Amino acid sequence: MFDLFARVFGREDASKEVAKERLRLVLVHDRSSLSPQALESLKNDLLQVISQYLDIDDQGFRVDFSRHDDAMALVANIPIKKKASRNL
Amino acid sequence: MGEAIVITSGKGGVGKTTTTANIGAALAQAGQRVALIDADIGLRNLDVVMGLENRIVYDLVDVVEGFAKLKHALIKDKRFENLYLLPAAQTRDKTAVSPDQMRSLVAEMKEEFDFVLIDCPAGIEQGFKNAVAGSDKAIVVATPEVSSVRDADRIIGLLEAEEKHHPSLIVNRIRPSMVKKGDMMDIDDMIEILAIDLLGVVPDDEFIVVSTNRGEPAVLNQQSKAGEAYRLISRRLLGENVPLMKVEEEGQGLLGRLRKMMGIKG
Ligand SMILES: Nc1ncnc2c1ncn2[C@@H]1O[C@H](COP(=O)(O)OP(=O)(O)OP(=O)(O)O)[C@@H](O)[C@H]1O
Ligand SMILES: [Mg+2]
Repeated sequence: MFDLFARVFGREDASKEVAKERLRLVLVHDRSSLSPQALESLKNDLLQVISQYLDIDDQGFRVDFSRHDDAMALVANIPIKKKASRNL
Repeated sequence: MGEAIVITSGKGGVGKTTTTANIGAALAQAGQRVALIDADIGLRNLDVVMGLENRIVYDLVDVVEGFAKLKHALIKDKRFENLYLLPAAQTRDKTAVSPDQMRSLVAEMKEEFDFVLIDCPAGIEQGFKNAVAGSDKAIVVATPEVSSVRDADRIIGLLEAEEKHHPSLIVNRIRPSMVKKGDMMDIDDMIEILAIDLLGVVPDDEFIVVSTNRGEPAVLNQQSKAGEAYRLISRRLLGENVPLMKVEEEGQGLLGRLRKMMGIKG
């Protein structure tokens, strides 16, 4: 019965979902024509600019392409270090 | 004046040659004057798929270099009066021909034929550039696999950059039982990812192996599912508004209908 249920409603873990997700990511890179090296230097530039204003944690700093519905987005995750003065 | 269509894919082994042979035979069957060009110089195969390998005297490079006349190099098909093959050279490589030479060759052939189908080699290098040069339209063949879809996307990008080929997609080797289990991308998935028009869907069919063994395109067999799919594709190329082939497992329409009733996309 569960099997029928799963089949009718489509499995989340079906391997085609994995394929689609992987394809989406790889195609965003392919289509952007930004090489991994270029992405790396974009990251470094971003880090440098933002550091002028905020104290950021460069360990957790991440920049990646992602897809939102039909549009492509460059998503940056920039953790800010807690101010030492408040952290008593 | 005819139309030149290149059949391409990026990735190798996904069914370009099979598709060229079958669409060509189906169009000829429908009364069109058709010429097939094997542009895979150095790795010719369209001749064996068509069962014409014993009739080759001259090839594409001979014609381009002025060593043979086009009409002497064209091989007439065994089954159809109005179907011809221009074979690739086997002992040369892709650099033996230039895009300009291909353009004028294809233009000359369009004078005589309703359709000129060009079987493109795998890859995006010189062989691809040659095959695409003289064509008006492009058909991109892809199988429902990550690597094939990725390469198809690259090819579509290159074709769209030239803004003249209006690429459309043939999804080849669909396996309904795997699609149903969620273990193979379906047509909607592929269209959504690649964002191009769908020309047709061809199921994975053991008969393709039999037909290649015999050198007889599958469209000549009324029992072959893939043959039926290629006949439908050819009618669409002729401008008929025929539906896509339903690729379903035998006797499993109930679940599909149930899903539809409940508004769930399969
Ligand atoms: N719909 C299908 N069902 C079953 N087998 C298929 C189907 N389409 C193609 N094949 C098989 O896949 C193999 C590759 O097909 P084909 O030679 O047409 O690919 P190709 O894209 O021209 O390859 P290449 O890039 O080497 O030129 C062949 O063995 C062929 O018989
Ligand atoms: Mg081939």
